Amino acid sequence: MSAPVISVESLTDTRLSDQSLASANSGGCASTSCGSSRRPDDLDPAVWDKIKDHPCFSEEAHHYFARMHVAVAPACNVQCNYCNRKYDCANESRPGVVSEKLTPDQAVRKVIAVANEVPQLSVLGIAGPGDACYDWEKTKATFERVVREIPDVKLCVSTNGLALPDHVAELAGMNVDHVTITINMVDPEVGTKIYPWIFYNRRRYVGIEAARILHERQMLGLEMLSARGILTKINSVMIPGVNDQHLIEVNKWVKQRGAFLHNVMPLISDPAHGTYYGLTGQRGPNAIEMKALQDRLQGGAKLMRHCRQCRADAVGLLGEDRGQEFTLDQIPGELTYDASKREAYRALVAEDRRDHLAARSEAIGMVKTASSGKSLLVAVATKGGGRVNEHFGHAKEFQVYEASPMGISFVGHRKVEQYCLGGWGENATLEGVIAALEGIDIVLCAKIGNCPKDQLADAGIRATDAYGYDYIETAIGAIYAAESGVPALAAIA
Amino acid sequence: MAFKIIASQCTQCGACEFECPSGAIKFKGESYVVEPQKCTECEGAFDTQQCASVCPVPKTCVPA
Repeated sequence: MSAPVISVESLTDTRLSDQSLASANSGGCASTSCGSSRRPDDLDPAVWDKIKDHPCFSEEAHHYFARMHVAVAPACNVQCNYCNRKYDCANESRPGVVSEKLTPDQAVRKVIAVANEVPQLSVLGIAGPGDACYDWEKTKATFERVVREIPDVKLCVSTNGLALPDHVAELAGMNVDHVTITINMVDPEVGTKIYPWIFYNRRRYVGIEAARILHERQMLGLEMLSARGILTKINSVMIPGVNDQHLIEVNKWVKQRGAFLHNVMPLISDPAHGTYYGLTGQRGPNAIEMKALQDRLQGGAKLMRHCRQCRADAVGLLGEDRGQEFTLDQIPGELTYDASKREAYRALVAEDRRDHLAARSEAIGMVKTASSGKSLLVAVATKGGGRVNEHFGHAKEFQVYEASPMGISFVGHRKVEQYCLGGWGENATLEGVIAALEGIDIVLCAKIGNCPKDQLADAGIRATDAYGYDYIETAIGAIYAAESGVPALAAIA
Repeated sequence: MAFKIIASQCTQCGACEFECPSGAIKFKGESYVVEPQKCTECEGAFDTQQCASVCPVPKTCVPA
C-alpha cells in the first residue's frame, strides 16, 4: 500500500518547497514504550490535549512538531560535574552547548523568524546553558514578549530545580504547562559525586549539604508542579558507577510525586569538553547499558526514548537541527509574525494524524495476532510524518522499532554519518553505518542502491525500499506478518 | 577594596550582575566589569562576596 504524500508546497515557497508533509518532518517512534506515544486509552483527554503538539512529551507528536530553544538565561546556580560552562562550539550537539546567547528582545525576533519559516514549530523552550528558573527575569521577559506575538506557542522550561519552587506560581500564571527537571539522584550521598557546589540563599554550599538542599528543592518543586497540573519530565543523566543503579530509585521517587515522563540520558563525557567527568576519565554508558537500564525502568514512571539530547539553541524537529539557519546575523531587525504557514500546516497535520493513528492501530493489531513469538528489530530512515520516507544514503539517523507479540514499539535511534554526499556513496562511511546498525534485522528506507544493500546483506542486515512512503508501522506490520508466514501480505523485497 | 573580573575567563553568564548587592557589575563592551567605586566586597551585607560565590569559573571574580 503506497500511502499518499501530503504536500505542503502550497504552504511554503522557500525552504520547504521541495518537501512534503511527510518529508518536512523528522524523527520518529511509535507505540507505547516511549513517553506518551499516541492517545492511549488510559490517558486523560486533558493531558493528551496538552502533549499532543509537544515533540518532547509525546513521541507521536515528534513526528509532526518542532521545538526551538532560545539561550536567554545563561546564569546558573548549580555546578554539575558533566558541565563546562565555557564550552561553545557550533558543531557540538548536546545539552548546554550554544553558539550565541540572546537577550529577551533578540530571542523574540528569533522566535518570530523561525515561526515564519518552520511551520512545524509548536514549542519554545528555555533549556540552558544556565538555569531558566535561576536566571528568572530573562526567562520571564522572553516568555511574556513571545506570547504577545505568538499566543499559541507552547512554553517550556528546563531547570535543575533549585530555584524552581520560587517560580511555580508565575510559571502557572504564564501558562507554562511543561517543565523538565534534571534529577540525577534522590540520595544526597550520590549527589556529592555529581554536584561540587550550589549557590542558594546567597551563599555557596558544598558537599553533602549542597546535595541535600538540591534534593529537597527538586522534590518540593516537582510536588508543587504536580499539584498544579503542570506536566513534568524528569531528565536523569546516567553516570556509570555513580548513579546508574540508583536511577531505579529516582524513577520510583519521581513517579510517586507525579512525574509525567522519565528521560534517562547517557552521560556525554570527553576530555576535550573540559568537564570534570571528561577530565577525570568518567565514562558514559554504552547503548546496551542504556537499554538494559531503560528496560528495568519499564513499569515505573513512563520512559522517554526519543530524546536526542539536543543543543540549547536547537531549532526544528527532534532529529534535525536548523539552528545554524537562524543565527542573529541572518535575522532581520524588523519582523512581524505571519501565522499563515503554521495554521495551514496544523490543518494538514490534524488530518494526516487521524489517518496515521488508524493505520498504526491496524498494524499493531496485525503484529499481535500474527502470534509468531518472533521479535524483529527494524531500523527506519524517516524525515518524519511517521513514514518511511528518507533515502538510505541521506539518513543521519535511523529510528529503531521492535516488532514482537507485544506489538510495535519504538526503542531508540542510531545516529550515523550520511553515507551519500553529493551523489556518491562513501565506502568508509558505509562501514560506520553498518557498525551503527549492529543487531538490526531489517532496514526500511525510501530508496537504496544495490551496492549498500549488498554490503548490508553481507553483514546480515536486510534492507528494502519496497515500503517507501508507507507509514512506519504499516511497513513493519507487513514485514512482520510476512516473516511470520501469515499469507496474503507482501514479502520483503 | 574591590573585586575584579578576569575577562578572559568569564563565561558572561551574568549571574554576578544580578547577585551583586551594590549594583557594581555591568556588562560593558565585551565583558562584565566591576566598578571599583561601587564594590563593597559585600562587607556588612554578606559573609562572602556574592560574585565570587556564584561565579562558575574558579579564580575569575577575585580581589582587585
